[in-house]
Amino acid sequence: MKLLHLLPIGNIDDGLLQDLRPVVEERFRVSCKVLTTRLDPEFAYHGERQQYHSSEIIHRMQSLVAADTWRLLGVTSVDLYIPILTFVFGEAQMGGPCAVVSAHRLRQELYGFPPDPELFRQRVIKEAVHELGHTVSLTHCEDYRCAMAPSHAVEWIDLKESTLCTACRTAVTPVQQASSGRSF
Amino acid sequence: MVVDDELSVRDSLDRWFREEGYEVGTAENANDALTRLAEHRWDAALVDIKMHGTDGIELQRRMHEIDPELVVIMMTGYASVETAVAALKNGAYDYVTKPLDPDEIAHLVKKAMLQKRTTQENVRLRETVAEVSRPEDMVGQSGPMRKVFEAVETVGPTDATVLITGESGTGKELVARAIHQASARKFHPLVAIHCGALTETLLESELFGHEKGAFTGAQFRKKGKFEIAEGGTIFLDEIGDISLKTQTDLLRVLQEREITRVGGNQTIKVDFRCVAATNKDLEKLIEEGKFRPDLFYRLNVFRIELPPLRVRREDIPILVNHFVQKFSQAMNKRVTRVAPAAMNQLQEQPWVGNVRELENAVERAMVVGQEPELKEQDFIFKTPGAANGTSKTLEDMERAYILRVVEECGGNQSHAAELLDIDRVTLYHKLKKYGWTRTPVETR
Repeated sequence: MKLLHLLPIGNIDDGLLQDLRPVVEERFRVSCKVLTTRLDPEFAYHGERQQYHSSEIIHRMQSLVAADTWRLLGVTSVDLYIPILTFVFGEAQMGGPCAVVSAHRLRQELYGFPPDPELFRQRVIKEAVHELGHTVSLTHCEDYRCAMAPSHAVEWIDLKESTLCTACRTAVTPVQQASSGRSF
Repeated sequence: MVVDDELSVRDSLDRWFREEGYEVGTAENANDALTRLAEHRWDAALVDIKMHGTDGIELQRRMHEIDPELVVIMMTGYASVETAVAALKNGAYDYVTKPLDPDEIAHLVKKAMLQKRTTQENVRLRETVAEVSRPEDMVGQSGPMRKVFEAVETVGPTDATVLITGESGTGKELVARAIHQASARKFHPLVAIHCGALTETLLESELFGHEKGAFTGAQFRKKGKFEIAEGGTIFLDEIGDISLKTQTDLLRVLQEREITRVGGNQTIKVDFRCVAATNKDLEKLIEEGKFRPDLFYRLNVFRIELPPLRVRREDIPILVNHFVQKFSQAMNKRVTRVAPAAMNQLQEQPWVGNVRELENAVERAMVVGQEPELKEQDFIFKTPGAANGTSKTLEDMERAYILRVVEECGGNQSHAAELLDIDRVTLYHKLKKYGWTRTPVETR
């Protein structure tokens, strides 16, 4: 049986991954396991930008894809970027096995607001579902409430829900069935 | 088409736009770009200004010779902003500085495409595809609710500001959603903000946004709700709870349709429809000097008053059945009905918390109840008079209280009289009057 593997990257809190596990299991109808292996992201650090190159992290993650991996989702607290953009919340291989999400910019404190653990948790869930959606070949959705709606700022993340809209759910069904043998 | 001589830029933009749902092509130099332009019709090109050989400015000119309608966005480092401005004069759509802000580039490309499309596409096509739907929880057939539905249908398609009033739990947010759905703005976001839950400073930031470094800890820029609601509807809940200072700021936004982020000096035009709601008596707050009359008149353009559940009891069975169906699906339980005795009791309850309280009661019953029917014992009913329902008399309340105490004392009248701080004879007379017997009183 293929599993959705959650990979802690850097010093991300394990509790967050444990919180995430049942939600992504439910959303993608696939058993999920938090890996005990932890990936050190220092190889992807850019000193000048003080950020981590998400594409390099994804590249490294590929070596951690095991025979029983359905998808491998890395979760990190470091700030991610791709060269042309100031930052990214996450990156995924379209239709591929690996994706990564960053919790860095999802905390209210970074915007000068008091901490809001529940809002933070919800944002992480939404971004995790979003990046996993890309791994099952979903592109961005025009429905602003769908988890696949583009979010280039936290405000947009807050607006959407952690579930897929009917159209995206329908679109993903054949892919999901083919690769995990489960109905979606 | 992404034109840049740096592989990492081409690769990352290629992937990023694909995720966005665009078809993407890349070119590493001007010749390559012109060849691809001749082979295929492109909507937009992102062109780096500084490239080896023919630079971006010259490429843009030649691209427009081939396709005058092509949207060309120049990419530049900070050092070459002046050159980018020159490109604008030559017909480029806009320019962006590297590294690009994801929000900015997404917005820019979307705007450019929309602008291009509106001249080409029949907008009505989109209108017919989407269906106007009432939010599924807005249920009712009673006279007061029919009036609400009619009001929503009347005002929805207009751009008028709406003020929704009603007690807590009557469904003000659902009505706001219905109004949004019935409007031409339905393809844009409905952004809700619960004003009462935030302090004055936070509310200001939430509504208008703030610039990076506007205050301690603000490491990143934050957009305000008005910006997020661009093209859509902003729903200001608990409007009666905002401070006079925020009322003044809000009034300005409603009048001028522009905002300034906290810590910023640039005014930003915003396009939104405003729907506000409150459970407070705003006219009374005006008399008390706690609410600005000019803001009230701005908001009170069209008013929808939501009836409390106690004045539309005939809707209770419909609502109960609706919630049973909803939670059956969510909880994967096959509960199909509610026992008539339970339904009767449900119709008798005061429902001070209105539909929200009813929904919670059904949800709780769904957790403890057995398939296929919810029974009386699955609900917690208030004893008559125990609630704060306005229809209950003092005598009703006294009766309920005395009976409860007597029952709690296991029928021991001496003990009950002691607790109630009345003499035993008075208690005896009252119990006789209330027809009390030793049979336990149903208090569930």
